Parts: sequence; structure tokens; C-alpha cells
Amino acid sequence: MHEMSIAEGVIQLLEEQALAQQFSRVKKLWLEVGPLASVDTASLQFCFEAVSRHTLAEAAVLEIIETPGLAWCLGCETQVGIRQRFDACPDCGSYQLQVIQGDELRVKELEVD
Amino acid sequence: MCSVCGCAEGETRIEGVDHHQGHHHHHEHEQPHLHFGQGAARAHVPGLTQQRMVQIEQDILGKNDRYAQQNREEFARRSLFALNLVSSPGSGKTSLLTRTLKELKERFPVAVIEGDQQTSNDADRIRETGAQAVQINTGKGCHLDAHMVGHALEQLDALRGGVLFIENVGNLVCPAAFDLGEAHKVAILSVTEGEDKPIKYPDMFHAADLLLLNKVDLLPHLNFDVEACIDYARRVKPDIQVIQVSAQTGEGMQEWLEWLLAGRSGLIHQRLQELEQEAQALQTLL
Repeated sequence: MHEMSIAEGVIQLLEEQALAQQFSRVKKLWLEVGPLASVDTASLQFCFEAVSRHTLAEAAVLEIIETPGLAWCLGCETQVGIRQRFDACPDCGSYQLQVIQGDELRVKELEVD
Repeated sequence: MCSVCGCAEGETRIEGVDHHQGHHHHHEHEQPHLHFGQGAARAHVPGLTQQRMVQIEQDILGKNDRYAQQNREEFARRSLFALNLVSSPGSGKTSLLTRTLKELKERFPVAVIEGDQQTSNDADRIRETGAQAVQINTGKGCHLDAHMVGHALEQLDALRGGVLFIENVGNLVCPAAFDLGEAHKVAILSVTEGEDKPIKYPDMFHAADLLLLNKVDLLPHLNFDVEACIDYARRVKPDIQVIQVSAQTGEGMQEWLEWLLAGRSGLIHQRLQELEQEAQALQTLL
């Protein structure tokens, strides 16, 4: 549900960047979204299309780069891949995991005019 | 658009101040209730026309995080122990809060920032306890953000050295992503909900430092597995603290109040230490 605010945040960020970097249209943008970022990417696509109307990013293509989730297993003392917050360690089955990566939510790159 | 902080008018409304000129914040009640908004500024900027690539690498929630940092500095300056209370609707947050306020308000200043989509019913319930409350109505919004809380805080300008409760919109999804500058998120889960809520809504329980398991007086009538619930919560947040409470009977209230008091004194000690260091640094300048 908060994907709408996030899409609005993206537009605000683009407008700030347009001033700072001197461009007037965004044609394509790449977003990095981790599996733990509390964001539904399909919903974000939908919301972005809605809020980008009549802005500098109207009709821009939104590319979502899904970054992997990583955690440190306290038991195995090693780095493991995770998809969700409550995943167990794939090696030892413990839930004593500290998330290292996967909550990214950032605009990485833009193609502009 | 607001020239001070750049906020646009929209659906959100906070009780009280008219905010800045040019804003469509308005008084709805005698009590503080602000109204302001969200939505993209519509600035179009003439610029270069050739197509190019721009690397920006910026966090989308960076703006919220900057407002959250400002709130955090303001909380520190005023020695305020701020808690962000998150839960689903109907978990008993407001009842738990009114009981807590009655216990605390004789000891030190307490206030509440209330977030709901509509109505000031909750803020009215809080004010009945004698505590100060500011209602934020988010309109279509599903969560409080740091910018709204910053403005609500302006309404509580005399509040110092106490506890500020921020009662978020009843929603176990969206508020997890928005830092408000609080010391801790406190998740409230009632035993009339499912014990698997922590793994159904892992982001929220991961973001919380304390889980208050509420309405435990109803346990004899329910098939709620407390151990399983705590186990699920620790899967998503291994070091989450859990306190079982009942706002109805008062069970567990003592433990919850002790947690609050310890947090508040910790914060004041830390503030004191910082000020002492600052004073010492100033002494050396004489």
C-alpha cells in the first residue's frame, strides 16, 4: 500500500536531480530493490505509472533490479542467502541470522534528455 | 508548496497549527490538528536536451530518513524518550496507552502523537487521561512519515524530559519502512490475532525492539500458542524483547513500565554525559 508514497518519493528525487543535474525528462530509470525492502515490485510499477503522469518522468520505463538478500549466520559464522526475514539458515536450520543486505531501495541510474 | 520544508498540500491533516502561510492547513478543532500533504512537486526544469545517463545511487526513503534524523536530534535536545507504537487495527494500542499514561503522568511529562486515517477519536480518548495529544489524520495515507511527526512535534513545544508515544496508523505493513526518529519501535500484538502474525508481517516485527503481547487475560478462552508466537517473533528478530500484558487487568503493566522507565533514564544519562562533555570543552576555552 505504501508503494504509492514510494513512487511519489521517486518522482521527488527525480525532480531534485533534474535541478541539480540539468535535465528535463527522464526516459528510463533503474531502481535497486531488495527482497527485504517491504516493497511489492508489481505494485510499485503500477503506482509509478500513475504518479508519473504530467511529470518529468511521464511514460518513463521503470526497470527494477532485484538485489539478493544476504545474512550472517551466527551459528555457522558464514554468509548465507535469504529471501525473507524469517528464513532459516540453509545450512544449519538456525534462525539466528543477521541481515547484511536485502533492504535496498534506491534509484541507481537514469537515462535522461 | 510550503517554502519552509517543501511539503505539498494534500490529504494529510494535523491538528492545531496553521503551519506556514500559503498552506491549506486549517483549524478543525480547538485541539491541535494539522493538515498537510504529500505528492510530487510539479517542477519542470529547462535543461540540456541531449540524451544521457545519470548515476544517482540515492535511497528513495532518503528524504524521510533526513526528516527522521531531524526529529531524532530534536528528541535528544529535549531529552524525550520517543516510541513508535505499531500494530494492526484493534490490537488494543489506545487502551494500553491510556492505562500507561495514567501511571506515568504524575511522574514526568507525557504526550501522544496519534496517527489515524480519519477522526480524532483516539486523541480525544488520550486527552481524557489529562495527557497532551496531537492527532494526525493521514487521509489516504497508510502510515506516518517523519515529516508529519516533525510538524506534530512543533505542537508539543513545551514537552521536555518525558516520554512521547507516537501511535502509528493501525497497519502491520507500511509503517515498518518509515523511520520517525524514535528510540524504539514497539509492536503490539493481541492474542485474539493469530500467533503467526510475526512471520506473516516479518518486516514490522523485524523493525521492532519490543513486542507487547496484549489482552493476555483472554488466553484461557483462546487457542493462542504464546510460545509459538514468541518463537516466530524471534525468527524475524532474534533479540526482540517480549512482555505479556493486559490493559484490562493490569497484568504485566509493571514490567512494561519498568522497561519504559529504564529506557527514559538511559536516554537522560546519555544526554547528561553529552552536556557534561560539552561543558568541559567550553571550560577549556576560558
